[in-house]
Amino acid sequence: MAIELLIKNGVVYDPINGVNGEKKDICIRDGKVVAEVKNPTVLDAKGRVVMPGGVDVHAHIAGGKVNSGRLLRPEDGRRGIEPKTTACRACSGYSVPNTFATGYRYAKMGYTFVMEPAMPPLAARHTHEELIDTPILDNATIPLIDNNWMTMDYVKSGDIDLLAAYIAWIIKATKGYGVKIVNPGGTEAWAWGKNCDLNDAVPHFDVTPAEIIKALAEANEKFEMPHSIHVHGNMLGHPGNYERTVETYDLVKGVKATKDRPVMHATHTQFFAYGGTTWGDFESKAKAIADYVNNNEHVSIDLGSVILGDTTTMTADGPMEYSLYQITGRKWTNHDVELETGSGITPFLYSGKVSVHTIQWAIGMELALLVKDPWKVALTTDHPNAGPFIGYPILISMLMSKKRRDESAADMHSAIYKRAELPSIDRELDLYEIAIITRAGTAKILGLDAHGKGHLGLGADADVAIYDITPEEQDAGKIQKAFLNTKYTIKGGQVVVMDGEVVAAPPGRTFFVTPECDPKLTEEMMPNLKEKFEKYYSVTFANYPVQDAYVPNPYEIKAPMRG
Amino acid sequence: MEVTDVVCPLCGCVCDDVVVEVEDNKVTKVKGACAVGKSKLMGHGRITSPAIRENGVLKDCSYDEAIKRAAEILAAARRPLMYGWSSTVCEASKVGIELAEEIGAVIDNTASVCHGPSVLAIQDVGLPSCTLGEVKNRADLVIYWGANPAAAHGNHMKRYSYISKGYFLPEGKKEKKLAVVDVRETKSAKLADVFIRIEPGKDYLVLSALRALLLGYDDVVPEEVGGVSKKDLLELVQMMKETKFGIIFFGMGVTHSRGRHNNIVNAIQVTRAAHKHTKFNIMPMRGHYNVNGFNQVCTWETGFPFSVDLSEGYAWYNPGETSSTDLLMRGECDAALFIATDPGAHFPGESIRHLSKIPVIQIDPYANPTTEFADVVIPAAISGIEAEGTVYRMDNIPLRLRKMIETEYMTDEAIMKGILKETRLLTLSRRL
Repeated sequence: MAIELLIKNGVVYDPINGVNGEKKDICIRDGKVVAEVKNPTVLDAKGRVVMPGGVDVHAHIAGGKVNSGRLLRPEDGRRGIEPKTTACRACSGYSVPNTFATGYRYAKMGYTFVMEPAMPPLAARHTHEELIDTPILDNATIPLIDNNWMTMDYVKSGDIDLLAAYIAWIIKATKGYGVKIVNPGGTEAWAWGKNCDLNDAVPHFDVTPAEIIKALAEANEKFEMPHSIHVHGNMLGHPGNYERTVETYDLVKGVKATKDRPVMHATHTQFFAYGGTTWGDFESKAKAIADYVNNNEHVSIDLGSVILGDTTTMTADGPMEYSLYQITGRKWTNHDVELETGSGITPFLYSGKVSVHTIQWAIGMELALLVKDPWKVALTTDHPNAGPFIGYPILISMLMSKKRRDESAADMHSAIYKRAELPSIDRELDLYEIAIITRAGTAKILGLDAHGKGHLGLGADADVAIYDITPEEQDAGKIQKAFLNTKYTIKGGQVVVMDGEVVAAPPGRTFFVTPECDPKLTEEMMPNLKEKFEKYYSVTFANYPVQDAYVPNPYEIKAPMRG
Repeated sequence: MEVTDVVCPLCGCVCDDVVVEVEDNKVTKVKGACAVGKSKLMGHGRITSPAIRENGVLKDCSYDEAIKRAAEILAAARRPLMYGWSSTVCEASKVGIELAEEIGAVIDNTASVCHGPSVLAIQDVGLPSCTLGEVKNRADLVIYWGANPAAAHGNHMKRYSYISKGYFLPEGKKEKKLAVVDVRETKSAKLADVFIRIEPGKDYLVLSALRALLLGYDDVVPEEVGGVSKKDLLELVQMMKETKFGIIFFGMGVTHSRGRHNNIVNAIQVTRAAHKHTKFNIMPMRGHYNVNGFNQVCTWETGFPFSVDLSEGYAWYNPGETSSTDLLMRGECDAALFIATDPGAHFPGESIRHLSKIPVIQIDPYANPTTEFADVVIPAAISGIEAEGTVYRMDNIPLRLRKMIETEYMTDEAIMKGILKETRLLTLSRRL
């Protein structure tokens, strides 16, 4: 018998379908939104806010680096201890929660899809193993393809077709979703303890980061990929980097997208919007970045907004983490990955009493408020780098309340009034805009709207969040509380959260993309790839690809090659 | 039939280029593995049947009976211990952790008597490291400290470090230097360009001296440290400063000599001091092929890598209080499950004495000293030969073990699932 659900009397925010706070019932059958139901279980939303399930475009929730973060920080583990319940496994962790806690806590916030945005291809199995153990959430993960020797070979030879053949192979081999770029060239340089700026030659490889980014954007657009290249550029976290950021965006301006979406997603932009020359004259350049995004259509961004407090920073940008550890002197783990990438991890405390942190805190929100079109912006904290995902409700309440921002700013370092824009911005986002930057827009940026995510139209996945506030709610504290623990979260037509408690924890699905490369190109690329395995990799070609066993609940998206 | 790209289930090297001949469902030939790996792949004496001890004697029984008996023991226990996990696949560990949560057990793996001190050191200062392919392609200085790969990790030097050829070192060992630090002249030491023989228990002192020299405090280092002359130390430091990419591999000689985890903290600090001059990494020589894998799974599932006490329904991690030997030495646990391990051979005598007093369940392909006092013995398929699954190499690279042989033996994962199911039935009926 069909499993039916009827959500009655909710006030629905479904921006993809242009639904802005309308009182509307939602019918669900067998995990999908349908036109009508016959014998449903009824959930009375009683005028509460109803949105599609949240879609996170960028959060480090699974894989080798996240787990090294957990291992490095038992003190963080102890901050989030919760005993098991009849529905839930035991939980731990705050900035680096265990996989179970990750699933439950996202679900409680009304999120039902999370993108793990940095999978080292060689350790892809690890990422997938953790995703299997992350309950409730549908997920996907993007392999790092920018510091790869194969990539740099073809960037150097200028052969975009063969580069396309390689990215197609590695996305398939890792059950990945797209092309991730993290400090292109810089992470390879870090293998020798060095770094690269955008136009520096990568040591021994005779290409520049700028060339890598442009070539990968072109190769990505050889296929009808759901998502653009996903870029963490060079010089993250350096004072004065904003000019480099704009230059990076401009690299791909002429690249034509194969789908109706930007050609570059620039991630955790807060870390790339810095003015000044040192930490002493450090200032916000969010306006310069926002102006660029406002005047161009080929770039989407996510915020990487700061949540004050202690967190665990982690990135494939090895040299950046080393710099950070040099500043703090705290513990630091690094893991370079042969022929492909690297990673670094170090704990960090964002303090409202420190001028730089205060300005960083302001920049993330400035970006959200200064970019006019919310479809170009995604709400993230680059979990856990600028703060853990559990801080999203704080961020939402701040973006919705000028009063709350002003009250917070008054309590922070006075630099916010001199070297940041935030206190002068009056804009407050409404629930429709919040729905865009947390689900509708993020689903579109990832190309998931075509696969049932981010909206509640007929045929959409029945992923729904019902928040325990009415649309009229003005109290920032109540808004924050509502976005932390839903009244109900429904995932695939099943109630998984009720009154802020997880009541069921079904497994999530893993979305992956199959770029369909011309076999002739694959054949031409193969000898170079096989030579890399025979001579330089420490695993064999046959043992490299991720077996089907690691994606037990698959959702495949085919990406045909552009003819 | 020839099976290529076989992943070897022996040590932390997890060589994945072994070639195995299989005839009539038996391994008949092994190429490319080291002597120890080959011996394991070729196979040797097995536990033939599940068995339950009655009046002091193990009596053969069915799998069902053994699994039921194991579940009865665990469901009745107030302070159960579940230990081992390092020579089986992650899939089995996952079920184990779920069972440990179910019955409120302490779950622990062999790291707690092996590289546990290394984990504690990492939690103190972090670990600058890399994958083994990075070493192969870039490292022109390889240091083994308290480790003897020539005996314990047979293919380590050949595949990954001193003897291998790499992208930036196409001539292999001609372009590299090997230094060995140990208390005796091991087989590995005989291959070294520089062998530094230190007095037993003096690792911490020697590491401190190296650290001082790397940071430029030559004046505080005396003429001799831990049996090593300052001249020899300066020579090693010079090598470290001049390398383009150096790596320290450390073994049990450092983790289990006087100073324990403090030695490893100091070794990591030496690596960090070397960063003042050049690129340097450090890596523990993990022993069993999947000792790392359990630590990985336990970390992402509970938040903590080993010695996890789940008796209160949440994970409590406090090595020194919650490790297996802590529990056993205090005479605290009242039942124990051992899987893919042999505490009978490796644990302190006093903890074995306690084990002789409580019900013990053993899951293993092979009989070993633990079998002598186990009350329930459940034979398992050999992972990597008769069962597939995930393992993590010493450098955190996950690989999938192959199944090459059909078997009647149940896999570790299936046995654990059986025990979990039976235990749940018992705890449920107890509640009702």
